[in-house]
Amino acid sequence: MAKKERPIKGAPTARDFKGNVNPDWCPGCGDFGVLNALQNAYAKTGRGSHDHLTVSGIGCSSNLPGFINTYGMHTLHGRSLAVATGAKLANHELNVVVTGGDGDGYGIGGNHFLHTMRKNIDLLYVVMNNETYGLTVGQASPTTQIDEKTDSTPFGNIEPPLNPVALAIVAGATYVARAFSSERDQLIELMYNGMQHKGFAFIDVISPCITWKIDEIFDYWKERVNFLENHDTSDKAAALEQAVKTGHDTQLGLFYHDTSRQSLDQMEPVLEAGPMAHQPLGITPEQGAAIIERMM
Amino acid sequence: MAKYDFVVAIGGAPGQGIATVGKNLSQICARHGLHVFAYSAYQSLIRGGHTFLTIRISSEPVTNHGDKIDLIIALDRNSLEKHLPHVRPGGAIIYNSDDVKKEPERDDIQLCPIPYKEYSSEIEDRKLQRTCVNTCLLGAALHLVGSDLDMLEEILISVLLKRKGQETVDANITVARAGYQHAIDNFTGFNVELEKQETPLAFGQGNALMAMGAAAAGVKFYAAYPMSPSTGVLRWMAANARNLNIMVRQCEDEISVINMVIGAAHAGCRAMCATSGGGFALMSEAIGSAGMMEIPIVVVNVQRGGPSTGLPTKTEQGDLWQILGASQGDFPKIVVAPTSIIDGFNTIPELFNLVDKFQCPGMVLSDLMLGEGYTTFEPDSLNWQPEIDRGEMITELAQMEGEYLRYQITESGVSPRAIPGVPGHVHVVATDDHDEDGGLISDEFTNPHKRRDIMEKRQRKMDGIVKHLPPPTLEGPEDADITLIGWGSTHGVISEAVQMLNDDGIVTSHIHFKWLYPIDEDVVNEVLANSGRSIIVECNYTGQFARFLRGETGFKADGHIRKYDGEPFMPHHIADGVRELLIGKTELYVPYQEIVV
Repeated sequence: MAKKERPIKGAPTARDFKGNVNPDWCPGCGDFGVLNALQNAYAKTGRGSHDHLTVSGIGCSSNLPGFINTYGMHTLHGRSLAVATGAKLANHELNVVVTGGDGDGYGIGGNHFLHTMRKNIDLLYVVMNNETYGLTVGQASPTTQIDEKTDSTPFGNIEPPLNPVALAIVAGATYVARAFSSERDQLIELMYNGMQHKGFAFIDVISPCITWKIDEIFDYWKERVNFLENHDTSDKAAALEQAVKTGHDTQLGLFYHDTSRQSLDQMEPVLEAGPMAHQPLGITPEQGAAIIERMM
Repeated sequence: MAKYDFVVAIGGAPGQGIATVGKNLSQICARHGLHVFAYSAYQSLIRGGHTFLTIRISSEPVTNHGDKIDLIIALDRNSLEKHLPHVRPGGAIIYNSDDVKKEPERDDIQLCPIPYKEYSSEIEDRKLQRTCVNTCLLGAALHLVGSDLDMLEEILISVLLKRKGQETVDANITVARAGYQHAIDNFTGFNVELEKQETPLAFGQGNALMAMGAAAAGVKFYAAYPMSPSTGVLRWMAANARNLNIMVRQCEDEISVINMVIGAAHAGCRAMCATSGGGFALMSEAIGSAGMMEIPIVVVNVQRGGPSTGLPTKTEQGDLWQILGASQGDFPKIVVAPTSIIDGFNTIPELFNLVDKFQCPGMVLSDLMLGEGYTTFEPDSLNWQPEIDRGEMITELAQMEGEYLRYQITESGVSPRAIPGVPGHVHVVATDDHDEDGGLISDEFTNPHKRRDIMEKRQRKMDGIVKHLPPPTLEGPEDADITLIGWGSTHGVISEAVQMLNDDGIVTSHIHFKWLYPIDEDVVNEVLANSGRSIIVECNYTGQFARFLRGETGFKADGHIRKYDGEPFMPHHIADGVRELLIGKTELYVPYQEIVV
């Protein structure tokens, strides 16, 4: 399982982004489709493996960086967006993609989710939403539906679920989409465009859990999803109107796309001299003298 | 020249311009070439409440606010009543006589009432009139301490003219002159003279100097969540971010702060954050993740009184065990406690070289006393170009033999670290334990042999770290009867107590710890073998350092002096404690804090 970056000849293909470790997900898990789409989207950028950084938290879906051939960080539970923000602002030339699940992102990482959107950090955030805590064997998550019986809600869930798409639009994300792990082509397209978007791009992907939610897998969702059509993605109010309707009968596609706002790295003057990680270290004696002058 | 050692304290309500008076007075002294240490005792309020700023002025460098108060400037009635007993016999207190209903009673000090209303009657703007009282009383104080008015007038013009305009400058200068003249006509000056030295000194706050040290060390990424008493680091960083090209971010919480710092450090920046005890607690889990992913970061904890929200505006050395025990599991780390404000400047570059070399978290234990204390220093004494050694870091594609393994098992435990973006070195870093190539051990059903190998590889770095850390310092006579042992910020105040005791015929030495962890047992025991009757001095209840030292070295001190009332040690607190311990009445002395704010 030792890993070596394979030299890419010509334009990269999805195969070049296949990791050296095979996914340890349950056979039939929705996350396979998301991984495959992400490998395709990376390939579509035309950039080599070393130009991408895939960051995740903890959970089934957060194991993804191990299965993909890019630089990767498998951070603490819920902290992927904060780590990714630091990495992006340290080297904004990297294409930074954050992957994770609904518990990781909407539960323990909720505060970072909110503020990363508000700050419009130039990241693509892909949440594999399976409405459960899979790796801890099936407890209720922030997106678990009302009345659902889980390991932690044996008498039925009485807490209403979060609406991540509506939240993202309100919180300041500038690219907000919903997708389904089995709708591969749309997902690749949304991911690729999300990478190209300057600002915080967010995709909530329905990624069914084959083990803990056996009643809600491919066929169940196939009947309930439609493609968003005749929708003006630049209209925030219209996007929100569509977004509040998302639940188990949901539309897929790009809800909101704001190209008018600058991302944080574009607004930050200290990046004019290039990525922070490449800038010369320390300060000059003249700068030091000027600091002392103000202390006299 | 006889040693000039004079303490002025300013009392008043927040918003009354105490800091301004303090800054002006300190700046006058610094421009005279006199040394200053300033400590502000305050409350967690923006308006209302009470602040008491102590400024010690000396012809020699000073590291603490001293033992006595020669002169108090009372800006309100509350300060006059509250602090009247705190003036040393023979000292003086200056106050606004309009403010006083009952004349203060003390016949062993000089009472200096100033009829402010009379002197400010020509200021038409009522608000301006109210705000100038501090300048009037400062004018009087300057006469008492043997200064002229020129420098105050210079400072008033340079500070106020642009910001507030001519009218404000004129009003301030008028009342300063009136106060000064009133003092000449009515009060007896102290028999001292502020003698102007050749070289003026610079004047700055501990938190700012630590931030300056970080800038010199090459910190390019700084994140923080505001928390007293660490906020001064953020303030300096934010103010200087653009001219020094440092990325400064304020985050939603300390968890975000530390994780951003980890992300930035992994991507190749020297990255740092500062907080206080509560914020540090939130960072704990991530500090362990930096240890696990082997990412070099520096975290500063400017301690305040704990536990919980504790004493937001008071000092303590109560976080030692928190910082030693931060995060689950074993991982290499370095803990250092700067011994003075200037040492705080120097510590940051030293620590960054170590964490870069050994790819682990480094933690700094400062405290309110150091962080919010002000000091003067020689303007050309700071090393702006410290050595920067980034260790085994791969920043570009080089000739490689075989495959790249991020966590390659090596004899030193250090594995070359490639930063994202470098071709040919793609890898994953993980907070799960992992194999040499970063692959998760848990995915191999937790292979015990691999786990053991990687754990031992990481921990081997501790052997290298410990060799790089200087031993504790030993100052004073070798055959001392008494040895005071301290750590971190108390170096100055203990040194002064040692001097007092030696002057008193009690032969005393001083062992001081700056580098706290890891400890080389043999080296430390060798230093400790020089001690006489040993007394550990620290600012917490349970003797955190005493217990740590005993655990690491088996050394058991003969006595303890501890303070945990929120106010820092004064030199006599320690000297008195030694005398009490010598009598043998107790093994633990807790000094009584005389000045209560």
